[in-house]
Amino acid sequence: MSSLSRSPDTTLAAAAPSPVVVRADDVFKSYDAGAIRVLNGVDFSAHAGQTIALCGPSGCGKSTLLHLLGGLDEPTAGRIFIHGAQLQRGRSTLNILRHQIGFVFQLHNLIPGLTLEENCMVPAVAAGTPRDTARARLHHLAERTGLSHRINQRIQKLSGGERQRTALCRALMNKPGILLADEPTGSLDEHTSAQIFNLLLELAETEGITLIMATHDRAIAGKCDRLVEMRDGKVVESGLPHA
Amino acid sequence: MIFLKLILTNLSRHRVRTGISIAGIAFSVAAMLTVVTILQGAVAMFSGLLSADSHIIVFEKDVSDLFFSSVPDSAVQQIQAMPMVAHADPVLFGIVSSSDHPIITCFGLTPADSRIHNASWIAGTRANFGKNTKGVVLGQRAADFLHAHLGSSVAIGHGTFTVVGIVHLKNGFEDGGVFMPLKTAQDFFHKPGESSVLTVKLKNRNDQAAFKNLIREQYPNLIALKDQEFDRSYSQFKILKATAWAVGLCGLLLGGLGVANTMIMSVFTRIREIAILRVNGFSNTQIAAMVFGESGIVSIIGAVSGLLIGAACIFLLKMVPALHGYIDSRIQPLVVAAVVVLALLTGIAGALYPAAYAMRIRAVEALRFE
Repeated sequence: MSSLSRSPDTTLAAAAPSPVVVRADDVFKSYDAGAIRVLNGVDFSAHAGQTIALCGPSGCGKSTLLHLLGGLDEPTAGRIFIHGAQLQRGRSTLNILRHQIGFVFQLHNLIPGLTLEENCMVPAVAAGTPRDTARARLHHLAERTGLSHRINQRIQKLSGGERQRTALCRALMNKPGILLADEPTGSLDEHTSAQIFNLLLELAETEGITLIMATHDRAIAGKCDRLVEMRDGKVVESGLPHA
Repeated sequence: MIFLKLILTNLSRHRVRTGISIAGIAFSVAAMLTVVTILQGAVAMFSGLLSADSHIIVFEKDVSDLFFSSVPDSAVQQIQAMPMVAHADPVLFGIVSSSDHPIITCFGLTPADSRIHNASWIAGTRANFGKNTKGVVLGQRAADFLHAHLGSSVAIGHGTFTVVGIVHLKNGFEDGGVFMPLKTAQDFFHKPGESSVLTVKLKNRNDQAAFKNLIREQYPNLIALKDQEFDRSYSQFKILKATAWAVGLCGLLLGGLGVANTMIMSVFTRIREIAILRVNGFSNTQIAAMVFGESGIVSIIGAVSGLLIGAACIFLLKMVPALHGYIDSRIQPLVVAAVVVLALLTGIAGALYPAAYAMRIRAVEALRFE
């Protein structure tokens, strides 16, 4: 951890030529009228194409920060910007959620009863993407993730790794610029976990996606462009994972 | 297509629950259709019976039931003699029972009555009607269930009569009825010199208002109504129709509660799934549309099933001998439309709260508790 820069997060922007796509300005989040404080003034930014690992002990606010960055929740105070537009309750945030952000969770969160294809088509349906366009995108992603032969299978018949890859395909259906991953390999064995993570990195690179991933796995975090260490609802360290 | 699949998948996941919900709507629709059709058919038949070849019905004012109406012979004769009247036929209604049949409708008629004239005679001739005070004409259906034929004796109520004719009539009440000479009926039902109603045909239909005024002025105890007015204002008809719709609506309300229960359970048991849909960009409108879509499908399947069950019930009831002549199996398109619309509205109403609940589900809260 000593290799991490202690400089403010914004200083990294100077080193990175790509534009800031996600920014959190002095974000607070509390529950029960302030009785439970989860985030205590988080400043965070991510540049286009970066892969960022959010690390820290359980309860430090990693997932909460991801939810706020993805527009699933609103900060108690502070502001979140996606591509320079502030997230606010309403249709504009919904559009950002639909077209700019993809989510992958620890659990695959697929809909039982539907096939792989049908699950992946859900974001396209929500966004009103033409069926042919969506199918072409799905077939492209299925090929990239090695799921082409399983496309008509029901979710129940897929293995754990296949389900998580399906969840990844679904998250990328609407070609989001930002992929938020909350412990995406947390429920998988070591081998599958490595496979999924490598796939994440590969897709992020080839699709030009900014990947922000909460993880406890230091080895995985070490392969990201940047590591952000959180503790007690704050970003305490941010910088390159390796010296 | 995926949207529809999402709806159908959820319904098929809990087949028993969905089936019970559909059955609730189906039986409600069937009950409503059956009750409304039977009662409306009965009303239409009774109304048709009164309005046969007439423009106006004259009966006793303020009676709740035509069986209790009394139009004196003197009034009948004076009205028949009015210049604007083409013909006026007195009818005395009575209900008797036989050993096998609890209800047999009797009509006391004059030989000149249009029912006798316009009937299709299967046995006997119209010339015989009224010649013999103990001679009756039977509707075809009445002859069937009384096992009677021309010349046979039939026990009707406390009397025994000779069958002098058998006629086929389109009106079920009439086809299942017994026609007596008016005088015989007056004696039989202890109403000497009285008729229940007087059905009047005017020479000029445009004189209806003038005729009504004349009756109002000359016979304060009587009232004259156009056929359509009678249909609308006769309290028995109103009570029957209101009862039919009320019973049907109560059934549908119960069905609607079933749908509401199903939809509430459906939403409660997949809060996480709805959260996932939210994460994947589903709007409030799309979430609500999914819930309403589910209830809509349940309602449509229930309504269609109910219509089939109801039609089958009506057909089967028509086959019951004791109900011969009292059930009109024709289902009115308007009734079908009303029942289907009410079923759909019930389904929508049943989904209101579940949809509102689903729209309030916040993805982040649902996902936090894994």
